[in-house]
Amino acid sequence: MSHQLFLLLVNATLDTLYMVAVAGAIGTALGLPLGVWLATSGRGELLAAPLFNRIGGVLVNATRSTPFIILVVAIIPFTRLVAGTSIGTSAAIVPLTVAAVPFIARIVETAIREVDRGLVEAAEAMGATPYQIIAKVLVPEALPGILLGLTLAIVSLIGYSAMVGAVGGGGLGDLGIRYGYQRFMPEVMAIVVLLLIVLVQGIQSLGEQLARRVNKRLRTA
Amino acid sequence: MIQLDQVSKHYPPPKRGGAGVTALDEVSLTIEAGEIYGIIGRSGAGKSTLIRVVNQLEKPTSGRVLVDGVEISSLSGSALRRERRGIGMIFQHFNLLSSRSVFDNVALPLELAGVSKAKIKARVEPLLELVGLSDKRDRYPAELSGGQKQRVGIARALATEPKVLLCDEATSALDPETTRDVLRLIAEINRKLGLTVVLITHEMHVIKEICHKVAVLEAGRVIEQGAVFEVFTRPQHPTTRSFIGMVTGIDLPPVLANQLRADPQPGGEAVLLIRFIGDSADQPILSRLARHHGIDANILSGRIDHIHGQPFGTLVVAIPGGETLSTALAFFETHKLSVEVLGHVAPALLATG
Repeated sequence: MSHQLFLLLVNATLDTLYMVAVAGAIGTALGLPLGVWLATSGRGELLAAPLFNRIGGVLVNATRSTPFIILVVAIIPFTRLVAGTSIGTSAAIVPLTVAAVPFIARIVETAIREVDRGLVEAAEAMGATPYQIIAKVLVPEALPGILLGLTLAIVSLIGYSAMVGAVGGGGLGDLGIRYGYQRFMPEVMAIVVLLLIVLVQGIQSLGEQLARRVNKRLRTA
Repeated sequence: MIQLDQVSKHYPPPKRGGAGVTALDEVSLTIEAGEIYGIIGRSGAGKSTLIRVVNQLEKPTSGRVLVDGVEISSLSGSALRRERRGIGMIFQHFNLLSSRSVFDNVALPLELAGVSKAKIKARVEPLLELVGLSDKRDRYPAELSGGQKQRVGIARALATEPKVLLCDEATSALDPETTRDVLRLIAEINRKLGLTVVLITHEMHVIKEICHKVAVLEAGRVIEQGAVFEVFTRPQHPTTRSFIGMVTGIDLPPVLANQLRADPQPGGEAVLLIRFIGDSADQPILSRLARHHGIDANILSGRIDHIHGQPFGTLVVAIPGGETLSTALAFFETHKLSVEVLGHVAPALLATG
């Protein structure tokens, strides 16, 4: 492998990690509270606001159902507004984040809905406020599920990040398309695929390990 | 301590045009301080709703609920939350947080009330001692047995030093031996701390084991209530009788029950249920009946039991009908025995059976 190609691969890997890390972090920061709110604002629930809950649900679904490559192009004006430009690695973080937030929100919502209603009732009987129930009961009890869901979201982000080459986002996927496919360099394609596999595998096992550590349900005495 | 005044709860129909459900129908109850008050009923009788209106997990549709002089049914928001801290509750499925250790589960209500770490520790450790789980303080609920989990639940319910303990089918998920242990613990706490205990159950033996008073609930109404011994020995309502039948063994063998007729059968026999209460349980009544009146009673089933230290027995016997029956009934009456004619059977059945 030439020195030049090696540098390309290193840079592309760093670009991918950078995009996924920032989009994942912002996506979690926004998606976690949104997911908690979606799970607790339905009719008759802790923070009941059924109308807003439904509007929120529709918005989340709308974003989730737009194919990512179309989302990237469709929100270019928004990207320009936020990042100052619509081209480049940093600009690519904007559509990645926009896709990550509703995805993570749905995952968090599902994990929280899995928490036994009896625990909420017990906390209410103790005189807990809705916010205490969320912070001390729902989120800690849902944490193993949330961590597994976040792992899934980050793995998906790696997949999405391959598409942001369309707006000059760079990263491994972009390298694979431009060198591996368009320049007929199958060895580049092979290395890119291999790197992606290693990356996904690493993140998956890290996530599973974390989830297992916080899960006290399956411990044996 | 707890007063329910004409409390009703209606659930709206799940779909438009469907039928709603009346879970409680003008229930009035008074529970004195320091009592263990049992509420028994079949599933769907409204027990869960009844215990939940006490701490307002269920808001009644109408009626008032007073706990320790405070009309809790008129409260909401932070005032309601403050009152709830004075009412502990334990659950059928324990409802412990799987993510928290035993210590942290018991500490939770104190954390919610904003108690300092040092005070939490000073409060939780004696509670773990009380329920016998000091050595499990750092374990997680998944590592505990059902009985241990309920002990954690009890310690947690007591953390905020409540005046009232609500037990929602607290032993229904436990085996008989563990049930006895947990009930003993509840009785001990009731004695030691003077706590008022309300428990709901569908098992009469739970009532018999620890309750002072009992209310029988059916279709959202209290059909019978009073001191446990009174209700056990002189049940008025058929539902109460069937609950008592479960523990006292007066359930008739099905073959006999099927043959039982309301009217006397020619040449047949009458089936009597005799209740022995207190002193009369010690007397050889049936042998006297045979000696003095020459009447032979055929014993079909029977049992002698003790409730709160008083003997209490039931005997199901068959006695020839007609005049013999009248003589026997008069005999039982002079001996102050409570006798009930369950019905009549044709002669062939008992001869062959």
